This record gives sequence, C-alpha cells and structure tokens, in this order.
Amino acid sequence: MNAALRLTDLTVSYDRHPAVHHVSAEIPAAEMTAIVGPNGAGKSTLLKALLGLAPRIEGRIECTAKRIAYLPQQAEIDRSFPISVLDTVLLGRWSRFGGFGAAKSADLHDAQHAIEAVGLSGFERRPIDTLSVGQFQRVLFARLLLQDADLVLLDEPFAAIDSKTVADLMAVIRRWQQEKRTVVAVLHDLDQVRRDFPNALLLARELVDVGPTARVLSSENLLRARAMAEAWDEHADACEAPMRLSA
Amino acid sequence: MLYDILIAPFADFGFMRRALVASLALAVGGSSIGVFLILRRMSLMGDALAHALLPGAAMGFLIGGLSLPAMSLGGFLAGVATALLSGIIARFSSMREDASFAAAYLTAMALGVLIVSLRGSAVDLMNILFGAILAVDDTALLLVLSTTTITLVGLAAIYRPLVVECFNPGFLAAMGVRGSVYHYLFLSLAVLNMVAGFQALGTLMALGLILLPAVASSFWAREVWSMTLIAAPMAFASAAVGLLVSFHAGLPSGPVIVLFASLFFLVSLLFGSRASVRARLARPVHLRG
Repeated sequence: MNAALRLTDLTVSYDRHPAVHHVSAEIPAAEMTAIVGPNGAGKSTLLKALLGLAPRIEGRIECTAKRIAYLPQQAEIDRSFPISVLDTVLLGRWSRFGGFGAAKSADLHDAQHAIEAVGLSGFERRPIDTLSVGQFQRVLFARLLLQDADLVLLDEPFAAIDSKTVADLMAVIRRWQQEKRTVVAVLHDLDQVRRDFPNALLLARELVDVGPTARVLSSENLLRARAMAEAWDEHADACEAPMRLSA
Repeated sequence: MLYDILIAPFADFGFMRRALVASLALAVGGSSIGVFLILRRMSLMGDALAHALLPGAAMGFLIGGLSLPAMSLGGFLAGVATALLSGIIARFSSMREDASFAAAYLTAMALGVLIVSLRGSAVDLMNILFGAILAVDDTALLLVLSTTTITLVGLAAIYRPLVVECFNPGFLAAMGVRGSVYHYLFLSLAVLNMVAGFQALGTLMALGLILLPAVASSFWAREVWSMTLIAAPMAFASAAVGLLVSFHAGLPSGPVIVLFASLFFLVSLLFGSRASVRARLARPVHLRG
C-alpha cells in the first residue's frame, strides 16, 4: 500500500491531557478516508496535528504530500467579516502570491472557475455575511479547489448542511479522488461513510481500528469506541508508556 | 457672514490652522486603525491600551517636564509594553486576553495619576488626561504627520495578512504564516496613533477619533477598504466642525470633537445602509421569485 500519511505512536496533548493517545496508522494515498469516533475522540486534533498546528506532539508523522489543503470547522471563521466571496476564494492561491504579491488574471480566472464548480456563479461580489451556512461551505470548497493540494483534510465538512449541498460537495470530493488526490474527512454520519468512503479510521483517543470501512465500522468496534469514551478519566495518572518529551 | 463662521477662525489664528492640519492627519491614520480594532473585536481593548499610555507619559513628564517628545516616547513605550505583557500573560496563563488587558490598564492608570501628582499641578494632569488640540505646536504637528505616514505605509504593507488574521487565523497558520507577528505590528501602529492622539484629545479620549468613525462606517460599507474610505472623512469632518463650534462657543475642543464623532455614529446607527435601525425597521421587500 502506498501511504500518504504514516503515524507512528502519535500522542497529542493539551495541557498534559492527551487528546490523541499512542496512535499508529497508515492512510492510503489517492483514496478517500473517513475519520470517525465519538465527541472528544481527538478527530479534529488529529487533523490539526497533521497540519502542524497542534501545540504538543510526541511520536512521528510522515507525510508524502507536498501541498496540504484544510477545511476548518465553520466556527473557526468570523462569518460576519466584511469580505467578498471572490476575495475569500482567491485566498486559496496564497501559496502563489503570499501576503504581498498580486493576484494574476490567471488566478482570477481560476477563482471564477472554482466558484462556478461549486454552483455559486453570480455570487462573486456578495459579502460572505449574506450567505447561508451551506453557501458559505461552498465558498470554502471553492477555496480548497484553488489550493490544488495533493492532500485535502476536511473537518466536519457536512455539519448542519442540507442534502442537496452535501450531494454537490460530495461530487467535488469524488473528483478530487479521481484526480489522485488523498482526501481525509472527519465525519459523523456513519451511513454516509459506509456509502461514500472506502476507508475509515475509528478513533476514541486511542486507535480502535483502521482499514476498509466495512470492517472498521463493525458493531463490535463501535461498541468498543463508545465504551472507551465512557471510561475517559480527566484525572488520570501519568501515562506508563515510554514518554519522549519534545515540544 | 459664512466667511466669518467657517474660514475666519482658521485664516486669523495660527493655532486653529495647526489644529486643523493635525486633526486631518489624525483622522486619516487613526480611522483606518479603528476599522481594524473593530474587526479584531478589540475596541474595548484598544481603549484600555490608550489608558495604559498614561504612566509612560507621566514618567516622561517627570523627567522632561511638559515636553511632548519625552511624554510621547514614554507613552509609546508604556503602550507597547502593556500590549506585549497582556499578550504574554494571556498565553501563559488561563486568563483571557481582555481580562489581562483590564488588569494592566487599571494598574497603569493608578500608577500614572500618582506619578503626575508627584510633581505636576492639577492643570498638568488635566492636560495629560484630556489633551489640548489648540496647543499643538510645530513639534507636535511633525509627530502627528510622521505617525500618519508610518501608519498608512505600515498598514498597506501588512494589509492582507492582517485581514486574513482577523477573518480566518487558522488558514494563515496552515499557510505557515505566524499571525502573531502581524497582530503585534498592528498593535504597535495602534499605540503610535494613540500617542499622536493624546496630545490632541488626551489619554482618556484619544480613541474617540479612532473608534467612533470606524464604528459609524461599519453601518455603510461592506468591505474593509471601503470602511476605511468612509471612516476617514467622517473623522476629519467631526474634527473640523468640532474645532469651529468649540471656537465660536468658547467650549473645550477635545470633547466637542469627540461628540461630533458620536453624532456621526448615531446618525449611521439610525440611517446606515446595512444593519442599521432603519434597515431593520424597513418594510421587508422581497423579489417575485
């Protein structure tokens, strides 16, 4: 198997409390993988660690992707900010023009294309605070399109979004997979994972299972994940496993 | 008649001309700082920061007397130190940044008033707290004009990273950019403008010309750049009208200027084109389909 990501004994902690605990897993390249697990299982933290945004990491992350694109949860964005759809989408080309360069007409052209691809033609000049949750998610997908990344990380892309938008955005995700990009998405809807994602990683702070979705989402595994979530102890003693302290 | 009311005060008196030029510069630089303060949801923190200039200015006053360069330098250092300290406290403790700002500025205010009272009179204290725009001399004018130049060039340089830092800090971090660098660069520019404003309006109201027009503009504009384009003329108009009214009525100019800025805010709040009272009350019109 050609792995896009290889995690070795990965632990990520906030304030000494582990959010992700001794996880080792491989995520296949050019395929779609869903990360599932109960609330507080460390799914978002795992994505942040992959991006290098988590505060404290032990263990190893190997990543073969050159460019990573990331869809944050909507709560992390100030949706009342006065900025237009076009400008938001254009940010996807940050790696090309950075903080100071100018957008070229090719960038504008591509942005227009991306906006069209997510079904928002005619919205270019609209300020983002006039958009619905679903429309704004389309804007963020257009920004991802412009990032042209070989690894796409999506944090709860379909939370609070209607079925039509989900269907449209799933089509975008499938196109990424056809273009040999690796897609990793945190998801809650298990039916959707079974339907659309061939691979899954079940997380409950510790790894429950990773591999083909049909096996990973077995009822024993899901029960085990729930039992582990109920056993979480906020006042646990220091972990017995060998600690490698590194910032 | 109109000449007597509108032009003569400036034509006849050098101090009025200097005050007008100073307020034009303050308006242009300060209002764009104000727009970002609001967008970063830092308007009250900005106010706390302006108060925190006081002990620095007071130290300058203690060492150099009523000398503007000494007081300005002291004020700038105190402001930047407060901003950095509150940032550090917030990062290394579980205290929220607004709470640490409040703690820092209350300490600073008390310290400042105490230091001024060690040597100065009540008049000096009033001057520092409330400013004296009509006493702007050539040194002060140069200071204000340089501040505006630095502010505009600086904001233009960090504009895009700063906007993204306000709007979606996680994205900036994922792009490998340290947002905090731009945060602190912006804060230094903000402190610089408060120092410039404090000669004119005092430490207590320095933020009046910075924040009020920016808040007012948010009821009209839909993008960051247009907000600043609307805020600057409003700030200048409040200063010019405020100067004239205070001149003719024999009132202290600082508070009158700030009150005119409040008037702009009030009118915008009631009649602005977006999110205003009028926009809320207007009969909802919808399209046919």
